[in-house]
Amino acid sequence: MIPPRFEYHAPRTISEAVALLGQLGSEAKLLAGGHSLLPMMKLRFAQPEHLIDINRIPELRGIREEGTTVVIGAMTSENELINSPIVQAKVPVLAEAAQMIADPQVRNRGTIGGDIAHGDPGNDHPALSIAIEASFVLEGPKGRRTVPADGFFLGTYMTLLQEDEVMCEIHVPAFAQGTGWAYEKIKRKTGDWATAGCAVVMRKSGDTVTHVRIALTNVAPAALRVEAAEAALLNQPFNATTVQAAADAATAACDPAEDLRGDIEYKTAMAGEMVKRALTKAWALCS
Amino acid sequence: MAKKLINVSVNGKAEEKAVEPRTLLIHFLREELNLTGAHIGCETSHCGACTVDIDGQSVKSCTHLAVQCDGSEVLTVEGLANKGVLHAVQEGFYKEHGLQCGFCTPGMLMRAYRFLQENPNPSEEEIRHGMAGNLCRCTGYMNIVKAVQYAAKKLQEPVTA
Repeated sequence: MIPPRFEYHAPRTISEAVALLGQLGSEAKLLAGGHSLLPMMKLRFAQPEHLIDINRIPELRGIREEGTTVVIGAMTSENELINSPIVQAKVPVLAEAAQMIADPQVRNRGTIGGDIAHGDPGNDHPALSIAIEASFVLEGPKGRRTVPADGFFLGTYMTLLQEDEVMCEIHVPAFAQGTGWAYEKIKRKTGDWATAGCAVVMRKSGDTVTHVRIALTNVAPAALRVEAAEAALLNQPFNATTVQAAADAATAACDPAEDLRGDIEYKTAMAGEMVKRALTKAWALCS
Repeated sequence: MAKKLINVSVNGKAEEKAVEPRTLLIHFLREELNLTGAHIGCETSHCGACTVDIDGQSVKSCTHLAVQCDGSEVLTVEGLANKGVLHAVQEGFYKEHGLQCGFCTPGMLMRAYRFLQENPNPSEEEIRHGMAGNLCRCTGYMNIVKAVQYAAKKLQEPVTA
């Protein structure tokens, strides 16, 4: 319960935050919603000497459209995602899936950027961001770079984000007309992390799948895009055989950790089941 | 570690205090201001017994630093009653037997207070989902649902002079 002592900084701009990161080095951590970092500090898993609070940086907030791209500030809270008319209309899977994340109080503080930057395989946004083909804008001392979600997650708590970088924005292509989507999450109770989860974004022409992205939550050291499962469906008719082939390809890619949520066999089987449910739901939404 | 001076409004009263950065808001409220209604039921941010209202949002004060509240408006259960008249959520929990040991109650009330502004006319399912950040050991939640429904109804009654 009692976090270790630290120095507190509250910069007002991204560049001030980046400068502080450079100056303080690896002893500093960025404080966003604080609903992963503070819990770890209260258990003394993490003991940074400096916290750089990025809650008072207006540039990191807000949701807007730039052409066909939805731009989401990294410090957008989960409840802001749920309530955003832009997100509801242009990336509906995010608005719906965010309701499955944690609970109302946590969603008032926890941010989409923090959920992604944490790199926890149990978090929901990593798989979601892969399925919606998001990219992340990172600012460091040398300026900005944009990296795709697919490839961002390197391992448990490890991402492409460098120690001296701040994630500024999440860019998401607005869903094309007729796009189907789903996020299926099996969990022990409301507010828990997934035992297994699957995010799907899909488009069709007639009875043929013309676009599909499949990503898995909490069944590997990091969120997983399963291209073999996508290949089982792409340019194929959507039916029980192709859906089962996709689920089989997904379970073959699983590498879950055994814990109180279940053993390897159970989590792998549930991943396959979530894939089938998510595909079925997404297909039904395609038009 | 240097203390930071913060100015925070708590239940409408301006407070200026020097706080250590690591001080959790729940400890600041309970130990510094002696507002001991908010409780601590866990160390993993699950139970919601510490829920208070910060700048119009329900927040678990065990997972928020006091230093982050500089310039904020905080409302705790002690600030719910108006000149001794119970707020509708307090009356609802009382009338509908929505508490037993009373340990979760301050957090439940603070959440219900905000939830009914977010959704003034909730269904039972929406109430259960909207209160999902608050655990209770005693009631089994049934009467808490009724308490929130009572408060929702009362809040929608026309104000009579």
